[in-house]
Amino acid sequence: MEIGISHYLILSGILFSIGFVGVLRRKNLLMLFFATEIMLNAVNVAFAAIGNYYGDLSGQMFAFFIIAVAASEVAVGLGLLILLYKKYGSLDLEVISSMKG
Amino acid sequence: MENLVYIALFAPFVGSMFAGLFFARRPRTHLVGIVASALIGVTFITSVILAMHVAEHGAIRVTMMDWISAGDLTIPFGFLIDKVSVTMMVVVSLVSTIVHIYSTGYMDHDKSYNRFFSYLSAFVFSMMILVMSDNFAGLFIGWEGVGVCSWLLVGFWYHKEDKTFEENPSISPSWAANEAFIMNRIADLGMLIGIFLIYWNVGSLQYEVVFAALPHLADGLLVSIAIALFIGAMGKSAQFPLHTWLTDAMEGPTPVSALIHAATMVTAGVFLIIRANPLYGMEAVHGVSMFIASLGAFVAFYAASMALNARDIKRIVALSTLSQLGYMFAAAGLGAYWIALFHLAAHAFFKALLFLGAGNVMHAMDDELDIFKMGGMRNVMRGSYIYMGIASFALAGLPFMAGFYSKDAIIETAFNDGSFIIWGILVITAGMTAFYSFRQVFFTFHGEERYKALGFKPHDMYKYVLVAMAPLALLAITFGWFMDSYKAFVTGKDGLPLYEMSHATHHIAWLLGSLVIALAVTGIVIAYKKYAGKGDNAWKRNEKFEKSFIYKLVANQYYVPHFYDEFIVKPYTMASAKFWEFDKAIVDGSVDLIAKLFYVSGDVSRGMQNGNLSSYLNWMGVGALLLILGAVLTAFVG
Amino acid sequence: MYEVIAFYVFAVSTTILFLITAMSKNVLYAMSSLAAGMVMISGFFFLLGADFLGVVQLIVYVGAVMALYAFAMMFFDATKDIKEKHSNPALVFLLGGLMALLFVVMFSVPIIGENVQALYPMHEAAGNAQDVGMVLFTKYLIPFEVAAVMLLVAMIAGIILAGKKMDYSLTECEATDEELIKEIKKEEA
Repeated sequence: MEIGISHYLILSGILFSIGFVGVLRRKNLLMLFFATEIMLNAVNVAFAAIGNYYGDLSGQMFAFFIIAVAASEVAVGLGLLILLYKKYGSLDLEVISSMKG
Repeated sequence: MENLVYIALFAPFVGSMFAGLFFARRPRTHLVGIVASALIGVTFITSVILAMHVAEHGAIRVTMMDWISAGDLTIPFGFLIDKVSVTMMVVVSLVSTIVHIYSTGYMDHDKSYNRFFSYLSAFVFSMMILVMSDNFAGLFIGWEGVGVCSWLLVGFWYHKEDKTFEENPSISPSWAANEAFIMNRIADLGMLIGIFLIYWNVGSLQYEVVFAALPHLADGLLVSIAIALFIGAMGKSAQFPLHTWLTDAMEGPTPVSALIHAATMVTAGVFLIIRANPLYGMEAVHGVSMFIASLGAFVAFYAASMALNARDIKRIVALSTLSQLGYMFAAAGLGAYWIALFHLAAHAFFKALLFLGAGNVMHAMDDELDIFKMGGMRNVMRGSYIYMGIASFALAGLPFMAGFYSKDAIIETAFNDGSFIIWGILVITAGMTAFYSFRQVFFTFHGEERYKALGFKPHDMYKYVLVAMAPLALLAITFGWFMDSYKAFVTGKDGLPLYEMSHATHHIAWLLGSLVIALAVTGIVIAYKKYAGKGDNAWKRNEKFEKSFIYKLVANQYYVPHFYDEFIVKPYTMASAKFWEFDKAIVDGSVDLIAKLFYVSGDVSRGMQNGNLSSYLNWMGVGALLLILGAVLTAFVG
Repeated sequence: MYEVIAFYVFAVSTTILFLITAMSKNVLYAMSSLAAGMVMISGFFFLLGADFLGVVQLIVYVGAVMALYAFAMMFFDATKDIKEKHSNPALVFLLGGLMALLFVVMFSVPIIGENVQALYPMHEAAGNAQDVGMVLFTKYLIPFEVAAVMLLVAMIAGIILAGKKMDYSLTECEATDEELIKEIKKEEA
């Protein structure tokens, strides 16, 4: 059977929800970042698939920029993570909850 | 002329504001009394000028401004100066002026002097509105105004504590003030219903419009309006059963009793009936008028009986006021409106004189009220003795005094109408009136000087006060001589219906008159024999008689106040307590519940802010989900 | 035919690998499976004819980003198993499922929709890289430059955030080697 766009989209949806579940579940900050990466990748797949379906290059361009943004986000985020670890001694979210309302 | 009307109306108001706004917190300032009295004097002079104008040119109609103008309802602030209202204006302003001057002397030692004059002038203002208004709404405003001022003035010494019923049947000034006001309020409900009925069926509250429309209304409606308005009059003029407040209102200062409970406020009910005479004179309402006359006669007898053995000097005079009000209602009920008005005026003069004299006696005896403790005071209080004597002569209806002409006219009316029961009751009451009024005079001024043993050192009132009381005495003597010219004045054009005695009555008028005089003289002689003796003939307390059933029945006012307390006041208080519980639990509770709901929801939502990034992400996910759901739905729907 | 097989292979492996990333208790396993999963994602890109994108994914994501993660992981203790307190697992999975469903619905719009037109159509004649290059440096030039600046900023930020002893410069100070070593030893103490 032909692989149509629906396959790709369903796959993208599944991957996104895996990432989403990971974001909600994970209590360790580093693992949280991993789950965020999963989400970003799933969206990239979706964009590329739709772009291919319509014969449009816009999808791939968007995916490019998402990759660029993700890279810079990781750089800054990890830097902050290191500082946080130095301050609190642990990366557990339950411990780093000093901004209580 | 218009300006005179406004001056007559607003001068007391200015006096009241002057005293109230500027001097309320200051200590006793004599200027306040002088200014207030002067302003009321201005009212009197303008009233007299207006009276002369009305006698020559007829009624004056003035509209000051539109008060309510909503849809179909228009009530202006308008004034009608016709013969009836100008009579009332002159009487009210004259008595008020004299009472104001009297109060400058009587209230001289009171620290709330300024407040007293503010209230007193406010009362006169309300009474003027009542009397001068040209529609039922203005009348009602004045009605309520005098009620409020009466409450303020009776409760003037509000700081006096409540005493038990046995010690003081009026319990305390504030209690008496509440009783007066509440009883008046109950009656005002009837009056309001009457006014509503009038408006609903006639569409206007102006006197002229209403009276012109009366013949076109249904009989049942006319009777209902008459009854409703009379209920209002019953409250204000203390007819049975709404009469207990009048004797308790004696807790107020004596000038208040003289002005309000003798001459002005209590006559407002009679004024209402006289003013609405086109209604009460109609055939359909004849039953109600007869009821009014019968009730009046009953009250006259009832009050006189209670005055027979009263010990409190002011209570005696109050009960005599009640009795004379009964006479006025009898006359009005029988259709002799001008006679009722004439008696109203004459009664105002000699009753005010009586009260003021009693005030002098009380002032001399350091506010002691019990006549058993007085006696033989004519040696120290010549002036007051003469005044009270004149007033009592007038009250008893002895010939040539004012009371003779007016009371006799009423008694003749009863005979003329054929209501012999009413006539009989009124004649007997006349005899009782003479007896109890002279009983009081003899007790106070004749006989043994009982006060000396008790350590009182009485002295008469200031000279200028006694001089100020002189016009009242003069009028008490001479007013009756002007009955014929008054009749011509007030029953002329646009006036009251002319009530003439029939030919038969005219023939035996002298016989009827001498019957009454004989009874009165008998009463006076009995009183003299019993109470005015000295030495061996001196009066002694008869303890055995005081314990007899009939004595106690009359002394406790036929136990009517007890009845009211047991069966009306107590259940009502209990019901009020229950309602208060209800209010606290449900009304307050539901409002508190709303507040609590907010608190609780706030407390619960605070849990969301726990500083935990994971939970924030959870909430973010939920929020994002909802937003996307919303977007998808609108995209599909739209 | 081959496409179908390739797609399913890649799909299954990606799903499993990402599941390991999201669920595993071991940081090392999570990271490794993330890296592997990203490699599989690039396979998708190649399947879709986006050659350039696939190569970029491999180089940047797998090569740079995952390396960055690996370096960062060095700071933290990776041998211990992460103990996590999961308060409401059912709710979380429910939310995830709903999210997936919604996304599918959202992304199915292009399939259903009929007015979608290609803004920058592909040219079959040129290869994908050439096509991308043509569009990137003409139509998307400004975002390209801005992205470059952003990467520069991110790099500087990363250095500053994570760097030690940034107060003084080793090349510009005038202390001797022994003094420097003493300074360093003192700071480390």
